[in-house]
Amino acid sequence: MNNPGTIEDLVGQKYRHGFVTDIESDTIPPGLDEDVIRFISAKKREPAFLLEWRLKSFRHWLTRREPAWAKLHHPPIDYQGISYYSAPRSRGDGPRSIEDVDPKLLETYDKLGIPLHERARLAGVAVDAVFDSVSVTTTFQEKLAKAGVIFCSFSEAVQKHPALVEAYLGSVVPYRDNYFATLNSAVFSDGSFVYVPKGVRCPMELSSYFRINAAKTGQFERTLIIADEGSHVSYLEGCTAPQRDENQLHAAVVELIALRGAEIKYSTVQNWYPGDENGVGGIYNFVTKRGDCRGADSKISWTQVEAGSAITWKYPSCILRGDNSVGEFHSVAVTNHLQQADTGTKMIHIGRNTRSTIISKGISAGRAQQSYRGLVKIFPSAEGARNYTQCDSLLIGKQCGAHTFPYMEIRNPGAVVEHEATTSKISDDQLFYCRQRGLSAEDAVNVIVNGFCKQVFRELPMEFAVEAQNLLNVSLEGAVG
Amino acid sequence: MLLEVDNLHVSVAGTPILKGLSLRVGPGEVHAIMGPNGSGKSTLAHVLAGREGFEVTAGTIRFRGRDLLAMSPEERAREGVFLGFQYPVEIPGVNNIYLLRAALNAQRKHHGQPEIDALQFMRVVKEKARLMQLGEQFMSRGVNEGFSGGEKKRNEIFQMTILEPALAVLDETDSGLDIDALKVVAQGVNSLRDGKRGFVLVTHYQRLLAHIEPDFVHVLAGGRIVRTGDRSLALDLEARGYDWLTAANA
Repeated sequence: MNNPGTIEDLVGQKYRHGFVTDIESDTIPPGLDEDVIRFISAKKREPAFLLEWRLKSFRHWLTRREPAWAKLHHPPIDYQGISYYSAPRSRGDGPRSIEDVDPKLLETYDKLGIPLHERARLAGVAVDAVFDSVSVTTTFQEKLAKAGVIFCSFSEAVQKHPALVEAYLGSVVPYRDNYFATLNSAVFSDGSFVYVPKGVRCPMELSSYFRINAAKTGQFERTLIIADEGSHVSYLEGCTAPQRDENQLHAAVVELIALRGAEIKYSTVQNWYPGDENGVGGIYNFVTKRGDCRGADSKISWTQVEAGSAITWKYPSCILRGDNSVGEFHSVAVTNHLQQADTGTKMIHIGRNTRSTIISKGISAGRAQQSYRGLVKIFPSAEGARNYTQCDSLLIGKQCGAHTFPYMEIRNPGAVVEHEATTSKISDDQLFYCRQRGLSAEDAVNVIVNGFCKQVFRELPMEFAVEAQNLLNVSLEGAVG
Repeated sequence: MLLEVDNLHVSVAGTPILKGLSLRVGPGEVHAIMGPNGSGKSTLAHVLAGREGFEVTAGTIRFRGRDLLAMSPEERAREGVFLGFQYPVEIPGVNNIYLLRAALNAQRKHHGQPEIDALQFMRVVKEKARLMQLGEQFMSRGVNEGFSGGEKKRNEIFQMTILEPALAVLDETDSGLDIDALKVVAQGVNSLRDGKRGFVLVTHYQRLLAHIEPDFVHVLAGGRIVRTGDRSLALDLEARGYDWLTAANA
């Protein structure tokens, strides 16, 4: 009998967002020096403080080396071979209304399932669409403004709210933080900006949709979210890129600030092009995400579904500074074929009675390698701190790997820190059991994987939970054949 | 004829296990397959369901006249072959009822029927759960996750009563059950006896047969059926063991 249902063969590949938009762009030649940084800053008519900050970052970056501690392997990145600015050509700069957006761009987002026309849009979700280096449009701005919520591209925020930007930029991820964050600080081109005023519950879900289109470019976006006292906001980002043989660099920085009693829920569905089944092409995703629970009783929760990218290097973290503040990290990471992911979180407990929860679900198939890397750090000041960590890995097939690197630094004897970890395989028994009940092999894998991830999917905003589930199914398509 | 097994030879990892087994199951019939450990009883059950790792080296199996061996495991299931597992596997996080509904809908789709209405499904589920004495909290748990041995077996029969297969192959469903659980399982099986559905009960002991009256009892030894009789054969086996048959056959 042939073996149509052994787990071994489940490795196919269908990336649905691999098309290229044929649009005229202003792209600067590859290379990075101070002139490039001045060019970007001038292009955006930035105030002096920002140019200074960029240059300071760049000079510091020149003294740094790429980190080597992650369990990732890739050929050296040629930072001089990348173009650091590419924008679809348009009439004039700055923020645009939907009427001014090139129809080709609207079409692109339609194809991606993110219609930008307000009438066609997901009800209750505002979108900031970032295409290569610039924000194309931000929807529902007026409605949000009525509630006092500022939601715009980073460039627009620099023009309209420079004081807020200056006060908070780099306050969570300083420009010296790490190699990729430093690079981002020097060359970031756009991103999203959110400010939710005191006591306001943001009336709708906010989201940013990042799209890399141009070849030989990198995307370096920067997102800054400030939730003032007692406010609440839920934000989601999505990412896709065309299918190309070259590797493209994506080095983003996200900073979240939650003041007293505020809550920020940040969800990511990351589906950058992962490369083909032989590991050719794909996005190098080196991202720094950090939230600062600056005020007492604040809460920041990260939920991520990481399905794309050839390489993922990211550790969305929480600094629990305020007393009684809460940090959460819920993650599903899927790696198939030759994808590599080194991902996890850091929970830094400084305030009293701070609590954190880490739920990490890693799924590896094909020849992929995946690591969970997490740090739980309890300062002496963190009286009554608690952490619960659960790390589960699911292996599909025999050639993939899962690794767990949990670090704990406990400096307060009263802290309660729990860590649980499991590694399991989709067994032939489970697969056969489902098939004996009438499910196809692929449906069986999907059912088993979704069961494994349920704890995390529950945390996603409803509008995206289904999308995430489908994304997972597509990512593992062909993993059992 | 529901099931026709002819001269079946099966090897596992190169070792012959079944060596010319033949069996015919007609509509409405209950067949008990008994035999000592290692005689190939579970192998037969797995081959009927299409499990990998069992190599059919000779012989044929026809199910309602069609070549069963040419069908994938899921196709067999959708056509109405149900295997009650000896060791049902746990699938953490996958809701018991969710899997069952997916299974039922896969079968319905195969037969060109629409998906079952959620309310109607829950009605059937509740009714059958009562029959199998499974509590409601059991419904929302993961498939076999943290179930006791007896609960797992009852869950198998519970699934069977909802999927209503044409042919049910129950692999040592009685092993590890106390007498009360055994009665519940028997009740589930008997509730499906309708004069059309066929059953193959693989069992080591005759005590299940006190509750599910078989039409035929077969003794499997050395990879073949060495004796066929009625219920009284099972009682003989209980009294005398298998040696007198296997010795006679050797």
